[in-house]
Amino acid sequence: MQRNGAVALIFHAVVVTFMLAPLVVICLVAFTPANTLTLPTTQLSLRWFEAVFDHPDFVASFVNSLRLATIAATVSVVLALSAGLAIDRYQFPGRGALNALFLSPLMIPHLVLGVALLRLLALIGATGSFAWLTLCHIMVVMPYVLRLVLAALTGLDRSVEQAALTLGASPWTVFRRVTLPMILPGVTGGWLLAFINSFDELTMSIFITAPATVTLPVRMYMYATESIDPMMAAVSALMIALTAAAMLLLDRVFGLDKILVGQS
Amino acid sequence: MSETRSSATPWLLAAPGAVLLLTLVVLPLLLTLVLSFQVYDAATGIKDGYTVTHYAAVLTDPYDLAVFWRTLRLAALTTLICVLIGAPEAYILQRMREPWRSVFLLVIIGPLLVSVVVRTFGWSMLLGPTGLVNEALQLLGLAKVRLLYTETAIVIALVHVMLPFMVIPVWTSLQKLDPMVEAAAWTLGASRFTALRRVVMPQVTMGLLSGSLVVFGLSASAFAIPGLLGGRRLKVAATLVYDEYMHELNWPMGAAIAILVLVANLAIMLAYHRAVEARARRTLG
Repeated sequence: MQRNGAVALIFHAVVVTFMLAPLVVICLVAFTPANTLTLPTTQLSLRWFEAVFDHPDFVASFVNSLRLATIAATVSVVLALSAGLAIDRYQFPGRGALNALFLSPLMIPHLVLGVALLRLLALIGATGSFAWLTLCHIMVVMPYVLRLVLAALTGLDRSVEQAALTLGASPWTVFRRVTLPMILPGVTGGWLLAFINSFDELTMSIFITAPATVTLPVRMYMYATESIDPMMAAVSALMIALTAAAMLLLDRVFGLDKILVGQS
Repeated sequence: MSETRSSATPWLLAAPGAVLLLTLVVLPLLLTLVLSFQVYDAATGIKDGYTVTHYAAVLTDPYDLAVFWRTLRLAALTTLICVLIGAPEAYILQRMREPWRSVFLLVIIGPLLVSVVVRTFGWSMLLGPTGLVNEALQLLGLAKVRLLYTETAIVIALVHVMLPFMVIPVWTSLQKLDPMVEAAAWTLGASRFTALRRVVMPQVTMGLLSGSLVVFGLSASAFAIPGLLGGRRLKVAATLVYDEYMHELNWPMGAAIAILVLVANLAIMLAYHRAVEARARRTLG
C-alpha cells in the first residue's frame, strides 16, 4: 500500500476543513449569548435554543416534517419492496420501462417536480392537503429505497427460499420468514435514507406546501430570506444533531459507505 | 417466489408504485407542458387557447437570457472545481489506511445528509461582512471583501454541497483499480506522473464523467443556494421560476422556463449516455 505524501495530506486537511467549516460554525454560533451572529468568546448560552421553542411555527413545522417523513419513508418502503420483488424476480414485457418509471424521479430536477405537482394539485383542488404532500414525498424518496431493495434482493442466496418452498411453506410465509429477514438491513437502510431525504426536501416542497403544511426546511428557508439571527443557528444545530444521530444509526445498520457509495 | 407463477403477479406487485408515479410524475409533467403553451393575461390569468409566446419571450428577453447564461456558467464552474478537488481527494482517500479511510470518507460524504438549507446558512455566516472569512482577512491586515450576494459565494457553497457527488463515483472506480498495477508501472520505469496519467486516469474517467453529470445537473437546477446567497439581484433559472410562480403569478411563463430546464437536463444526460456507449464500443473494439 502506497502512502500519501506531505502535499497530499495538506490538500486533504484543507478539503476536510472546507467540508466541516460551515457545520462547525453553526454549532458554535448557536451557543452565543449575543444578539448577533457572533462566535461565543467569553461564555456559552442556551438562550437561542430556548428561543426556538418560543416560536410555535417552528415547533409546528418540525412536528409536521417528522410526521411527513415517517409516513413517507414507511409507505415508500412497502411500495419499493413489492415493486422490487416484481422487477428482481420476474421477466415480463415492460419490465425495463417499469424500472425506468420507478427511477424517473431521480432524473427530474426537484424544481420541475415542484412546479408540475403544483399544477396538478391546483387543478384537483388539493393545494394545502397534507395527504397529497405525503404522496409527493413518497414518490420522491421511493427510488432511493428501491435501489437499496434491489441491491439486497440481487445479493440474496435463492436456495434458502427454494428449500422453504420445498418444505411446504406458502409463498407469503417464505417472504415473511425467509426473504424479509435476509434483506432487512437493506430495507432498514432504505427507510432511514428515505426518512432523511423527505425530512430535508426543500425545492419541491416549497411549491406545494401551504401555511398549514409548511415543513421545517421550507420554514427555515422563508425565515432566512427575511432575517438572520442566532435562532437560525440554533435550529440548524438541532438539525445537524438529528442528522448525525440518524447517520450513526444508518452506519450501524447497513454501513454508511455501502448506502452512499455502493449504489452508484 | 418463483418465475413459474402467473404473469399477472409482477404487475400486481408493481401496480401501486406504478400508479403513484404515473399520477405524480408523468401526468403533472404533461399538464405543465400544456400549461407552458397556454395564453396568459396579467389581469384575468390563464385563458383558453394556445401560444408559443412564453417560449419566444424567454428565449429573446435579455434579462432571462442573462439568467440562463449565469446558471450555466455557475454550474460549469462548480463542476470544474469539483473535478479539480474531488478527483485528487478520492485518490488520497483511497490510499489511506483504515480506520482513517472510513472516518474521512464519512467526513466528506456525511454532509450530504445535512439539509441544504442548513449548509447554505452556515456559508452565509462564514461569508458575511462580519463573518469568519472577513475577520481572518482583517487579522492578516487585508481589506474586507464583499462575498455574500456574489457569484463567488454561490459557487463556494455549490462546491461544498456537490463535492460528495464527485468523490463518490471517482472513489468507486478507484476501488476497481488494483494498486499493484500502479506499482508495476513504477517498477517498469514510469515516473509517478506518467503512472498517474497513463494507468490511474483512464480508470477514473468514467467516474469523473458520471460525477460531472450529476454535479452539473444538480448545480444548474439548484434553488436554495442561489436563493439565499445570491440575494434578490443574482437570479438563476430555479429562482426565476420561483419568482414567476410565487410573485409574478405568471404560471405559464414559469412552466415554460421549467420545461426548458428539464429539456436541457435530459439533453445533457442523453449526450452523456451517447458518450459512454461510444467509449464502450471503442474499448471493446
